[in-house]
Amino acid sequence: MRVLEKELPLLETAAAWLLALLWIAPLAYAFWAAFHPAELATHFEPLAPLTLDNFRKAWTYAPFARHFLNTVILVTMILSAQLVLCTLAGYAFARFEFAGRDLAFGLVLVQLMVMPEVLIVENYRTMAHLGLVDTILGIGLPYMASAFGIFLLRQTFKTIPRELEDAARVEGCSMLGVLWRVYVPLARPTYLAYGLVSVSYHWNNFLWPLVITNSVNTRPLTVGLAIFGAPESGVDWAVISAGTLMAVAPLLIGFLLFQKQFMQSFMQAGIK
Amino acid sequence: MKNHVYGWLLLTPAAILLIGFTHYPAAATLIDSFFSTGTGLRPSRFVGLANYAALGDDPIFWQVLWNNFWFALGTIPTSIALAMLMAIWVNDRLPARALVRMSYFTPTILPMIAVANLWLFFYTPQIGLLDQLLARFGAPSHNWLGDPRTVMGCLAVMTVWKEAGFFMIFYLAALQSLPPELEEAAKIEGASRWYFFRRVTFPLLMPTTLFVLVNATINSFKLVDHLFILTKGGPDNASNLLLYYIYQVAFSFFDTAYAATLTVVLLALLASLALLQFQLVEKRVHYR
Repeated sequence: MRVLEKELPLLETAAAWLLALLWIAPLAYAFWAAFHPAELATHFEPLAPLTLDNFRKAWTYAPFARHFLNTVILVTMILSAQLVLCTLAGYAFARFEFAGRDLAFGLVLVQLMVMPEVLIVENYRTMAHLGLVDTILGIGLPYMASAFGIFLLRQTFKTIPRELEDAARVEGCSMLGVLWRVYVPLARPTYLAYGLVSVSYHWNNFLWPLVITNSVNTRPLTVGLAIFGAPESGVDWAVISAGTLMAVAPLLIGFLLFQKQFMQSFMQAGIK
Repeated sequence: MKNHVYGWLLLTPAAILLIGFTHYPAAATLIDSFFSTGTGLRPSRFVGLANYAALGDDPIFWQVLWNNFWFALGTIPTSIALAMLMAIWVNDRLPARALVRMSYFTPTILPMIAVANLWLFFYTPQIGLLDQLLARFGAPSHNWLGDPRTVMGCLAVMTVWKEAGFFMIFYLAALQSLPPELEEAAKIEGASRWYFFRRVTFPLLMPTTLFVLVNATINSFKLVDHLFILTKGGPDNASNLLLYYIYQVAFSFFDTAYAATLTVVLLALLASLALLQFQLVEKRVHYR
């Protein structure tokens, strides 16, 4: 933050507030609908009694508990695999000279543009060959080697002074020991930023999970929510609001608690 | 450190997955686009450019490409303008700044599916919020998502709501890196706020704008989740987008060869955008 900050002119302050109200309105409206009886969803009564009925209904209409579990397993699995794979690859690119390194790095960066969801047809075929259709591993596998993670960690590792590595070597650290004791601890902010982005992305990801799953036991929250919220399902608006809020609650709460960290991480993800 | 073996050993696990799920499928997609879709009776065979000829004759293909263009044109400039405005506002001191900033950014962290669920209700005929609001002014009920003339507009408004806050954070970072002396100098010169924005801030934000523009365009090709809830590409493909059409061709019509051909088009579009982005990044380096 700058030291010298200007006061926003009054008229613009009002406009900023108005836009902020407008921007939060859809979500606020969903809150209103979710906590009130269904018949109040369409007309506004400020003193109407609150109810948790819609949440109870949503929880029983769709196997939410199972979807939650699937998403948590998925997100954890992807993130842990990403952390290991990207750390190793990032270290290789940052600190080793090997034949074909620059070409290999260029090939890694291709994935920044061609995310697995663009190649749904071929990736589905591959998963069918591997027998991984309709498994949580099948959803996660294409994302585990993340070009963004490799790139981010390579940049971070490159900024760490070599003297630290040399000192650790003198102390008798092995190659992986140096990585674990010197590089990983110093890259902690990068890991945190990357973790937030990865969890948010995969918590919200939809197209590939939809394609590769076909049973309740594997479908993550987004896919469950799409089936539940589809107009054909005939579930009323208040219940859909409640279901939607439940699905987004963990990320939303996380964001409210760690606003700054979220925004900074998302920005890093965008800039690459 | 010169060590070929270690370097490659460290890289191998990631390389296997990257090749398996990015490079191999991209190459396989290209090859498949020259073959026919195999069925139980007729195995797949080489057909040369026949799939591409079919693509040229497919009116739906041209329509979805056109839709992608309108979707990008309808969402990106508005999102960017709003993002700039939001950033300029929350960069200055105003009461409840944290709340205002949070409100702008919150849609970013919601999944597109949830966003579609929320907005579906606004657009529902008669009981939807939009129709209720308009009914007060005596306007007749309208099927917003069922009318080819209004459906893209509705989806665009929703997408702007979802994306503007995300672009805001890039402008916010750029604004905070601008030297405060500029503003002081402008004040001494007696420049108006609008003049200062037009002649100083806006030009200085240009690199950020270009960067956001390219990123937003790439994003607009990947953003199709909402179609599953709101329109399924309808009515009559009026809101269909390229990636959603690929999904339909592959998993509803089971024509994998044609889906591969469509994917090649999408890959080519993304590749050219990435090249553009790469050149922009190079330029940005020269700035500093």
